[in-house]
Amino acid sequence: MRHSALALLRHALTGNRSWAPSWRDPAPKAAYDTLIVGGGGHGLATAHYLAKNHGITDVAVLEKGWLGGGNVGRNTTIIRSNYLLPGNTPFYEKSMQLWEGLEQDLNYNAMVSQRGVLNLFHSDSQRDAYARRGNAMRLAGVDAELLDAAQVRAMVPGLNLDSQRFPVKGGLLQRRGGTARHDAVAWGFARAADQLGVDLLQNTEVTGIRIERGRVLGVETTRGFIGAKRVGLAVAGNTSRVAAMAGLRLPIESHVLQAFVSEAVKPMIDTVVTYGAGHLYVSQSDKGGLVFGGDIDGYNSYAQRGNLPVVHDVMECAVQLFPSMSRLRYLRQWGGIMDMSMDGSPIIDRTPVDGLFLNCGWCYGGFKATPASGWCFAHTIATGQPHALNAAFRLDRFATGHVIDEKGAGAQANLH
Amino acid sequence: MRIPCPFCGERDAAEFLTIGSAPPPRPAADAPMAAWHDYVHLRDNPAGLHAELWQHIHGCRQWLRVMRDTRTHVVAGAEACRR
Ligand SMILES: Cc1cc2nc3c(=O)[nH]c(=O)nc-3n(C[C@H](O)[C@H](O)[C@H](O)COP(=O)(O)OP(=O)(O)OC[C@H]3O[C@@H](n4cnc5c(N)ncnc54)[C@H](O)[C@@H]3O)c2cc1C
Ligand SMILES: [Zn+2]
Repeated sequence: MRHSALALLRHALTGNRSWAPSWRDPAPKAAYDTLIVGGGGHGLATAHYLAKNHGITDVAVLEKGWLGGGNVGRNTTIIRSNYLLPGNTPFYEKSMQLWEGLEQDLNYNAMVSQRGVLNLFHSDSQRDAYARRGNAMRLAGVDAELLDAAQVRAMVPGLNLDSQRFPVKGGLLQRRGGTARHDAVAWGFARAADQLGVDLLQNTEVTGIRIERGRVLGVETTRGFIGAKRVGLAVAGNTSRVAAMAGLRLPIESHVLQAFVSEAVKPMIDTVVTYGAGHLYVSQSDKGGLVFGGDIDGYNSYAQRGNLPVVHDVMECAVQLFPSMSRLRYLRQWGGIMDMSMDGSPIIDRTPVDGLFLNCGWCYGGFKATPASGWCFAHTIATGQPHALNAAFRLDRFATGHVIDEKGAGAQANLH
Repeated sequence: MRIPCPFCGERDAAEFLTIGSAPPPRPAADAPMAAWHDYVHLRDNPAGLHAELWQHIHGCRQWLRVMRDTRTHVVAGAEACRR
């Protein structure tokens, strides 16, 4: 079934009684050509591009819960490609380009909104750093504009530029950045993959990885053994646990990141604003709620919920930046488990086990990467070789010293 | 989350800062590169009890070795790093 304005009208006029399910709920086959573990954004995008770009349709996605119940449905939905380092910039720009055509490609409304992402700076040295980043972006063909304080004031009414301690001096703006409806991204990739023949197996937890003579043979699951020639792991915060089933020890720590939504108000912020003197990013959803978040809590966690110190910190930053937010109540708050890597950059690569592939290390920036991650992971799995765009995201880069550390923070996961 | 500081008693986690896993013993200076890579980059990252280092920055400023469950955030105990 294709979605269109006409179909929407027809269903509306017939009382919305004849919508078909968006994907099948098949029983697992005994074996597949390729298994993707993890039905988050990256796993689903990988399955879609395996089928679409490489004609590999004998594929199943194994998800222990429900599709989109992990980080893909928990993030603050910001998409951007404002990266500094050569290993990162072309990859994230590819992702941005895929976002720009995603809804047509998937025939699904992912509510991609290029409302701009504005990173504020508050000091001369921060201005220099952002000017450098903007220049690096432009050299790589990515759009970037350096705004002064007056331009920021005109663009974001309600923003407090004149704080005594951290006055806003300007901002780096990527107009093509913005937001996308996170659940719809998962659902859109799922539906498109299903239509190309991919089996989406929910409530199917991988509990073991069967390996013989250094080659993967399939996975043990809560619904029995499923054989496969190739297995790709895309399990985000659970990466260390699943990779351990294959005897791998990784440069990854799991950390909790929280997000917050306020009560709905009239249009107030029509872009994405990030605070440079604390850590805060805020946008407004179409329903009117302000969606915002800040730092990870900072300690290892698998709990999918955080603690009060970070709640306080995020609220303080929010009110500092938008004093009118002090009058708002926040409605909801939750957490997701991030796969923090030791240099803050991702891994999309083969592993020492033949036929086993790894996609992880997204820290708290993996939502924007969803399309390109799926694109590159599918290429790596299908051809056995990394795509040029993920050639730098190697698993062995930590051992060889080729780390991609945007922040220059070193091998400390809670600082990235 | 509260951490029982052996010097100050049970205090809110906001008073502490963590640098993560309590590391295994440091390799010798002439240990092979693989040992250093393991020490610097690789982590067990357990779902369950985890030994980690916290500093009581807004208290006695001592470094503590804390045992905490990463699934529930329940702190099982804390002892001073320096004896
Ligand atoms: C609060 C928050 C805010 C964020 N904000 C942003 C943002 O604004 N912009 C941005 O770019 N990124 C953001 N991120 C990061 C982004 O959401 C993640 O990096 C990205 O979603 C991770 O990839 P994924 O979608 O595949 O992960 P997930 O959706 O977590 O998918 C992994 C899946 O694997 C499944 N799984 C795990 N173990 C097993 C197993 N043994 N067997 C079977 N299945 C298993 C899980 O159930 C899960 O569904 C944010 C994250 C959080 C938590
Ligand atoms: Zn103390």
